[in-house]
Amino acid sequence: MESRNALARLADVAGGAVPFLERLRAVARHASDELKTRLLGRDFEERVEVLKTRYVDLGGDPFGFDVETARNAAVLLAFFHRMYFRTEVFGIEHVPAGRVLLIANHSGQVPIDAAIVGSSLFFDANPPRVVRAMVEKWTATLPFVSAFFNRVGQVVGVPENARRLLEMGEVLLAFPEGIRGVSKPFERRYQLEPFGLGFMRLAIETNTPIVPVAVIGAEEQYVSLGNVSWAARLLDIPVFPLIPQMFVPGAQMPLPTKYRIHFGEPMRFEGGVDDDDSVIGEKVWLVRQTISDMLRRGLSSRRSVFL
Amino acid sequence: MTDQVGPDGATSATTRRDDGAIVITGICGRLGRRLTRVLHREAKVIGLDRRPFPDRPSDIEHHEIDVRSKRTKDIFRSGNVRALVHLGVMHNPRDSAEDHHSWNVIAFQHLLEYAERYKVPKVILLSSANVYGPRPDNPVFLNEDAPLLGAGPFSEIRDLVGLDMGAQSYLWRYPQTEAVILRPSHILGTVHNAPSNYLRLKVVPTLLGFDPMMQVVHQDDVVWALRAALVPGVRGIFNIAGPPPVSLSRALTMLERSAVAVPHNMARAAVDRLFRWRVTSFPAPELDFIRYVCMVDDSRARSVLGYQPRHDLLQTLRAVDEERWL
Repeated sequence: MESRNALARLADVAGGAVPFLERLRAVARHASDELKTRLLGRDFEERVEVLKTRYVDLGGDPFGFDVETARNAAVLLAFFHRMYFRTEVFGIEHVPAGRVLLIANHSGQVPIDAAIVGSSLFFDANPPRVVRAMVEKWTATLPFVSAFFNRVGQVVGVPENARRLLEMGEVLLAFPEGIRGVSKPFERRYQLEPFGLGFMRLAIETNTPIVPVAVIGAEEQYVSLGNVSWAARLLDIPVFPLIPQMFVPGAQMPLPTKYRIHFGEPMRFEGGVDDDDSVIGEKVWLVRQTISDMLRRGLSSRRSVFL
Repeated sequence: MTDQVGPDGATSATTRRDDGAIVITGICGRLGRRLTRVLHREAKVIGLDRRPFPDRPSDIEHHEIDVRSKRTKDIFRSGNVRALVHLGVMHNPRDSAEDHHSWNVIAFQHLLEYAERYKVPKVILLSSANVYGPRPDNPVFLNEDAPLLGAGPFSEIRDLVGLDMGAQSYLWRYPQTEAVILRPSHILGTVHNAPSNYLRLKVVPTLLGFDPMMQVVHQDDVVWALRAALVPGVRGIFNIAGPPPVSLSRALTMLERSAVAVPHNMARAAVDRLFRWRVTSFPAPELDFIRYVCMVDDSRARSVLGYQPRHDLLQTLRAVDEERWL
């Protein structure tokens, strides 16, 4: 009799626990939905749909852009874009429809800035755009990396590809500072390195507007004290930045600085493609100066590196 | 099963039988036989091949000879030859380099010499987009001016590059002859070439972490392009691509093949070994074709030849599984 009572009581408790568990699960689901909306925004699926119409329904992308892979990559990027770096985007409405060349300052030792510019054009632009950046040739020889880059729309950096992408009406992102920009030491932060001239010839040839972009916040994500040139030579890589935090266990992630991305008004250039370097150089100087001004203004209005 | 192929606007110029004969080398290959079926109704066709052509249409004159032999010259001397279509490029990785060289380069030199001496107005070489070579730094679409770098890692296609260059120099040296070089991407169908054989495998090996975009073209679209190239007035180099490019993984999904991904360095060593043991007929350097991109821009063929692929991607891929008695 006793034991039956005990069992009955246990059953009562269990019976009471089931709705409790149900509620717990509902709360968890609600929280995860909440997180998902906060992370990806309410219109995430619609944004993916826009890309599907553009890249799948119209016969596919010859470079191998795959919407499903890009969608998964966007979910990961959203975490960095919205939560880790809490990117603030200014003037994205300046990015015109159709082909455009984004020219940005390059910084941060690891080219996370490219990914964040890319995610701001996917998450914050209307309609969403896919940023196509040009990657180093040797990445095409690496397993997984090459396939992944193809599928998220990154292409091997040869001039023919750039021209073709612009003819397709894509957004092309270029960093004319190149590797010198991304690997500059902390003491030279936000000082632009000399710009290459290739992007200007490309813009003139294809009659493409240039949108200057200033990325603020990437310089502080990794503090580099300088380049260890003998290590770079030894490993046969372009630079070997000395980053103290890399030697602290568990601190390999970039510092959670706040990213601020400023898009400037589109600039149009005319002239001959084969003009002398000095003529092209003046136009490039204009773009570089614009970005430098945008950086200066952005830095003076920033209250904190992390907030 | 044979589709209607042939350039629609070209009929009046090519169809009169008394215009002269079309000499086709390598006619007994599967592509050659398909081309013959299209051409023999509208022109006199002379076949040149070492192999017999048992089920040939009765109005075809077939010579079972080696192209290098003296009798080839007689054909050109006696016959009123209006075009030479050279399909007889040998690519058999098992044969020695000397055989390849002698067969491919020397035979083609002889043919060009006869064409020049007996005033053949048209010479067509079926080359391949492989002459550009798969490379990590290839632009997505190569045009006809791109350098022919395919021979670097592959000694096997050095001959083809040599042939292609020979035909090019012929193009510049003898402007009175209309020389045409066609460079189609991977031809799929009942043909016995490496890409078709590869896609016919039950379990298809791929390289782990690599998924290049590729172009495929249906064999009958290539036949169509060859016929379009016979139209008087057409000369120069033409890339031929089929339907829009597709990634290798997607192509295998469409064909419902199961794929096995192998790390690329292991695959290279393994294929090298298997090739030496004669288990596989794929030489190891050809693995680059499933690793790097090698695609062509065929806008010139589309505007000048009026070329349009008649088969969509699925039809082109499925063509490898068609019955192979043709």
